[in-house]
Amino acid sequence: MRAFAELLDRLSLTASRKAKLTLLRDHFAGAPDPDRGWALAALTGDLTFDAAKPAFIRKAVEARMDPVLFGWSYDYVGDLAETVALVWPARPGANREPELSEVVDALRNASRAEVQRLIEGWLDALDPTGRWALLKLMTGGLRIGVSARLAKTAVAELGPVATAEVEEVWHALRPPYDDLFAWLEGRSERPTSDAPGRFRPVMLAQALDEAVDFGKLDPADYAAEWKWDGIRVQAVSEGGTRRLYARSGDDISRAFPDVLEALDFEGAVDGELLVLREGAIAGFGDLQQRLNRKSVTHAMLADYPAGVRAYDLLSEGGEDLRPLPFAERRRRLEAFVAGLKTTRIDLSPLQPFESWEELAGLRAAPPPGDPQVAEGVMLKRWDSPYEAGRPKGPWFKWKRDPFLIDAVLMYAQRGHGKRSSFYSDYTFGVWTQAVDGARVLTPVGKAYFGFTDEELKAIDKYVRDHTVDRYGPVRAVRADVRHGLVFEVAFEGLQRSTRHKSGVAMRFPRISRIRWDKPAGEADELASLERMLAQIEGR
Amino acid sequence: MIRPETLLRPRPEGLYCAPGDFFVDPVVPVARAVVTHGHADHARAGHGTVIATPQTLAIMAERYGEDFAGSQQPLAYGESVSRDGVEVTLVPAGHVLGSAQAVVRWKGLTMVVSGDYKRRRDPTCPPFEPVPCDVFISEATFGLPVFRHPDDRREIARLLRSIEQFPQRAHMVGAYALGKAQRIIALLREAGWDRTIYVHGALERLNRLYEAQGIGLGPLAPATSEARGDFAGQIIVAPPSALADRWSRRFPDPVAAFASGWMQVRARARQRGVELPLVISDHADWDELTATVDELAPGELWITHGREEALLRWAELHGVKARALALVGYEDEAED
Repeated sequence: MRAFAELLDRLSLTASRKAKLTLLRDHFAGAPDPDRGWALAALTGDLTFDAAKPAFIRKAVEARMDPVLFGWSYDYVGDLAETVALVWPARPGANREPELSEVVDALRNASRAEVQRLIEGWLDALDPTGRWALLKLMTGGLRIGVSARLAKTAVAELGPVATAEVEEVWHALRPPYDDLFAWLEGRSERPTSDAPGRFRPVMLAQALDEAVDFGKLDPADYAAEWKWDGIRVQAVSEGGTRRLYARSGDDISRAFPDVLEALDFEGAVDGELLVLREGAIAGFGDLQQRLNRKSVTHAMLADYPAGVRAYDLLSEGGEDLRPLPFAERRRRLEAFVAGLKTTRIDLSPLQPFESWEELAGLRAAPPPGDPQVAEGVMLKRWDSPYEAGRPKGPWFKWKRDPFLIDAVLMYAQRGHGKRSSFYSDYTFGVWTQAVDGARVLTPVGKAYFGFTDEELKAIDKYVRDHTVDRYGPVRAVRADVRHGLVFEVAFEGLQRSTRHKSGVAMRFPRISRIRWDKPAGEADELASLERMLAQIEGR
Repeated sequence: MIRPETLLRPRPEGLYCAPGDFFVDPVVPVARAVVTHGHADHARAGHGTVIATPQTLAIMAERYGEDFAGSQQPLAYGESVSRDGVEVTLVPAGHVLGSAQAVVRWKGLTMVVSGDYKRRRDPTCPPFEPVPCDVFISEATFGLPVFRHPDDRREIARLLRSIEQFPQRAHMVGAYALGKAQRIIALLREAGWDRTIYVHGALERLNRLYEAQGIGLGPLAPATSEARGDFAGQIIVAPPSALADRWSRRFPDPVAAFASGWMQVRARARQRGVELPLVISDHADWDELTATVDELAPGELWITHGREEALLRWAELHGVKARALALVGYEDEAED
């Protein structure tokens, strides 16, 4: 338990992906079986308990200490698990610290009443970090900023094998994954990966570099289709097992019973999850209503009907199609979709084109209908097999040019990790009119990338030299009509938002240029954003 | 029996002894001051006479210059000085080098001003010495049950483990310039880290002072002269404020560590961008505060500064007569 607790503790305060990978890999390499397997399951979300409700934990601690002192402690710390971990008045003579596997075994097998008795003994035996980890594990959801994919990537480094290989076998495995570790450490064969309903690691596209790539690519080698603004999913139905996976391999079936019901086929489809109303795509905001939910109401299902726009077929009737060229898979896909009885799965159409110039024109001015709300176009080589990962060359994404706006820097916050000495997170605003008619800035977004290290240094200096106020790690920067730093901000879309004072929220904003030359008073007005919003909504 | 308030009572300048006409740790210049230890909020310049341990006087001279007070009256641990029937003795408080509790005796009444203290072993200063007393005047910086400092050797082991895991990165340890920094260095030496430890310029004079007082710190070097890459896998000790300062940019992808009792609370670490919190404190934690009161069993407990509310509540529940003095001007540990 101690090593697992220490791992969670470090992960919870580590921002850099690389450092997280190091911590995870070291743990998986060093911890014994089956503890490391349980740790992996906890991190990938395949091991959750609700053995102890927060109310039970609170009652247990208040039976041992003054509730007033506990209340003050909780007020100070602000997190129940952490408070209890720190204040727990351990009774002397406690047992040795439990191993993670003992805890897991007990939680899986013991009755609720037994578990509650065990918990007190464990809390007595563990130190504060151990108690914190135990309480996180028991109350469900570690929330320490590690995705399932990151944990799998770290495990893959034991081989080393590609992350996709771990993903490929993942759904045939069960915690604590003895066979996975045995394979990665060369002690046994690769686990079989033909479990029905399993996830296939996805193929990803590279971003197109117009200046370089068009000179080298022949338009005749590529198919083009629209890049839809939903989320990438894999819909699998095999031998009665139906699953909907996000591109990370996370199983999101539970949130989409409507889609699951429509998977009346034998195969695995790669496509885009969208809210579809009478065959037309609704905005991303509508899809967001359906994301990250554990359960879904009838009203949600009726108001935001989900569907899949299919663009690839990975398997059909038990046959693995991935080695086939895209052209062949596409032919199979078209026949496959045509044979479905549902309207929830439709075909992502190909966009014919003769030359790159013609495609550029289509991308800039898409034809009527759904292409109007596409994020851009995708290019896929006709002869490309379906390869996991992001191979260079076969697939490209060519996104629509972003929206641009000039905004004024208002607040800057210190970054994390490498950037902890830099003011690197910027809140920017545009002009609007106050009640008294004065021009004032209203914040419209926040961005923390898009600039080079050199530019970061320069902005950091600007922030330090023009600070007008401080709130903890945040500095307010001088910003009025005559003084201020203007950023050209690029973003992918706009949505109405009741949570933002300005009433709009940007998607994926980043700093595209720093306009040292531009007077702050000449930055954009909120009205320009509202016009863009009207334009987007009008499409 | 004399009322304790006749001997010592809080005034805006600090705790005042009327029969002996002196203050303990006054926050403004006064004629006569007993200073418990060298931290700036307890030891200020400009007093008429300062009574303190020789080590504390040396620290004050290092910080403020030789003429920091009209006159200095060194009082070694265990020695006493009397004036108008009031006897003052300094005994170790275990907080930092030279730190002392002020034991004030008058007409059969004994009052102990703890100053800042801790009960743990510290290689840089002698341990806290319990003195039976009628009134114990305690600090309460970490006077909340959430503060339970772990074994400092374990925290140092976590730091060393992190260096093994991240050999390409510099490990920057934020530590209060007086006491904490030298304790960290001494603990690292005990744990077998014999490589050069790099230090921020703000620590150099106090490090030299500690060494002159016989506390060996091993090979140290200023964290300035080397090329960027050379700090990979090294330990740098700096004042906490330097962690997020531009100064830290010279180091390769530093791991920000911070040695403080406040690091017990995750949100505090997150707020400051600390990646490796080290819970090492020079103050008594909740268990030490309450165990010390239990051990001394004073007739009354007075609380000078910190989180007095919770300690008062504890005293009430345990039948100890207690009051909060609400002295102002003392800072929380390393809250810069």
